[in-house]
Amino acid sequence: MNQRPRGPVLTGAHYLDGDHACAEGAIAAGCRFIAGYPITPSTEVAERLAERFPRIGGTFIQMEDELASIAAVLGAAWGGARAMTVTSGPGFSLMMENIGLGVMTETPCVVVNVQRGGPSTGLPTLTGQQDMMQARWGSHGDYEIIALSPSSPQECFDLTVTCFNLSEKYRVPVMFMMDECVGHMTEKVVIPEADTIDVWPRRWYRGPRDKYLPYAPDKDGVPPMIRAGDDHRVHITGLTHDARGYPIINAECQQICVSRLTDKIRDNADDLVMVKEEQLRGADVVVVAYGISARVATKAITDARKKGIKVGFLRLITVWPFPEKKIRDLAGKVGCLVMPEINLGQMYREVERAAAGKCRTMLVPHCGGWVHDPEDILKAIIEGAK
Amino acid sequence: MARLKDLCQNPELFSSGHRACAGCGEALAVRQILLAAPQPVVGIMPTGCTEIFSSIYPHAAWQIPMIHTAFETAASTASGVVAAYNFHKRQGNIKDDVKFIAFAGDGGTYDIGFQAISGALERRHKFLYVCTDNEGYMNTGIQRSSATPYGAHTTTSPAGSVIPGKTMPRKDLMEIVIAHSPAYAAQTTIALWNDLVTKVGKALAADGPSFLNVLVPCPLGWQHPGNLTIEMSRLAADTCFWPIYEWENGRYKVNYEPKEKKPVEAFMKPQGRFSHLFKGDAGKAIIDEAQRQIDAQWALLHKRQEAFGAA
Repeated sequence: MNQRPRGPVLTGAHYLDGDHACAEGAIAAGCRFIAGYPITPSTEVAERLAERFPRIGGTFIQMEDELASIAAVLGAAWGGARAMTVTSGPGFSLMMENIGLGVMTETPCVVVNVQRGGPSTGLPTLTGQQDMMQARWGSHGDYEIIALSPSSPQECFDLTVTCFNLSEKYRVPVMFMMDECVGHMTEKVVIPEADTIDVWPRRWYRGPRDKYLPYAPDKDGVPPMIRAGDDHRVHITGLTHDARGYPIINAECQQICVSRLTDKIRDNADDLVMVKEEQLRGADVVVVAYGISARVATKAITDARKKGIKVGFLRLITVWPFPEKKIRDLAGKVGCLVMPEINLGQMYREVERAAAGKCRTMLVPHCGGWVHDPEDILKAIIEGAK
Repeated sequence: MARLKDLCQNPELFSSGHRACAGCGEALAVRQILLAAPQPVVGIMPTGCTEIFSSIYPHAAWQIPMIHTAFETAASTASGVVAAYNFHKRQGNIKDDVKFIAFAGDGGTYDIGFQAISGALERRHKFLYVCTDNEGYMNTGIQRSSATPYGAHTTTSPAGSVIPGKTMPRKDLMEIVIAHSPAYAAQTTIALWNDLVTKVGKALAADGPSFLNVLVPCPLGWQHPGNLTIEMSRLAADTCFWPIYEWENGRYKVNYEPKEKKPVEAFMKPQGRFSHLFKGDAGKAIIDEAQRQIDAQWALLHKRQEAFGAA
């Protein structure tokens, strides 16, 4: 029996669905602020935190809509909190302007999207992976983003912690691209001892007060942060700004400002890219998948191997920045890359782009509402092996 | 004064066979409103309980043309539909006098659709906006809205050892709507069917935007037996928890004065969402505060009626 007092981190083995595991991951990562608006199939994340937070000193605010939710999260982050919001397709669309504001103001926060079938109201209760490109390009202007995709409730816990860590390290909103199946799938989730969970602190400014510039970057291109109420007079804005944070409306400043926002992610892509590789060496065909589609693909891969086909498996955990080096390397070595995803070819376009004609690429599309039939993926593998 | 034997001659434009919960107050409201509305009627509806239970094939219940719009935009979509109708009417392309009704829940009205309704009222598009207010996001599993009453338990205002349910009073939407000087605004509930259908008639006859706030008990979210829906609706009026009144041409009129104003406990006690308040002194204090709020609101309404009432 565990006799220690029950702290915020529920160390131990649990039987949790992905939404609840995500909520526990947020708590373990030190998140104590969530603003959200009810939307299927993500509501359970907010409901769990609404119940858990009062007892551990966290704040849950149910906002009047998703515009308000993401805006409150940005405010909370500048107030010094680790902050998160949770939504699904239609709410994600409403958040886009303020996600851009988060990118521009370099505000660390996490946006969880438990994806359902779209477009529009679409399939509220059924699965989809159709917001993958929106996560990358949904807000206006040029920017780079980080997005991760879990394939199990355990990863919903683990990667939520990672999302917070990356958002703090790179000072950027991090998208956690779950899908309805992973969100509502219940499995064993092991929550480690609190002191073994790697939680990265905010990049607080520690220098002399009169030297602080809110957008003067460290060596890795990311500036340190202060919080509202610290003894600094700062100006935070969505306008193009200089290192002092003041709006400078000209092309020269735009060049410096936007380049740094994109370069801090692009230049660190190797640090950010997480994939799971399986039997890639000597493979004729490699299946590339993420989220629930990766789980479904394993059945097709197993069946193909029984037929003697040399199939490798590349599971994308980081979806943005896209692991293009991995794909480029593979494309020179294998005959075909097969990609099942629950959309009509979103991440597939990236695979095709990175492969650059060096091998065949095959999409196994699905409009959403359910997962692939593994047979369809198997057929593509067989076709790809010819 | 409407008569049931006349009303029952009208076509049922909200048919049976939909999949609302047993005892759903919202389904009753929509049926009563469409029974009272002069034809032809066009409906506009955002996402919400009504949309889910009444539109999905083969359970579609609407016998009128209906557009389902995004959650936040019932009033905006209605604005567009009405503007286009007006254009065609002017061109002589449409001869009928068509009525337009937007049906939204409290989430789609008090919260995410708030900006849209404010804009539509200010631009004075001529349509009736009906808020079927069940005091929460029941469709997504009972979360609080800004219409959820003080002290109520929901999944996002969970009553427990730290917080006692919702700690804020509801938003006074009627006063906000009235601040836009609409052509007609009224509040009512389904138990007072005659009041409801009379107000529908007035609202659709008004020359400009009109608004009806209709309290609809929800057995699932309020946690009362489905056979008590009408009783809950009646108790809401009899306790003055839900004042029955209207605003027209700058004048307030209280349409229902309970013979005996009942204490709010009578309304709260049968509902599971308030059950935590009946277990100890802390709960008693919240019920007392709820009563104080209701008394103050009721007194203020009468002062308004006195100051801005019928000449």
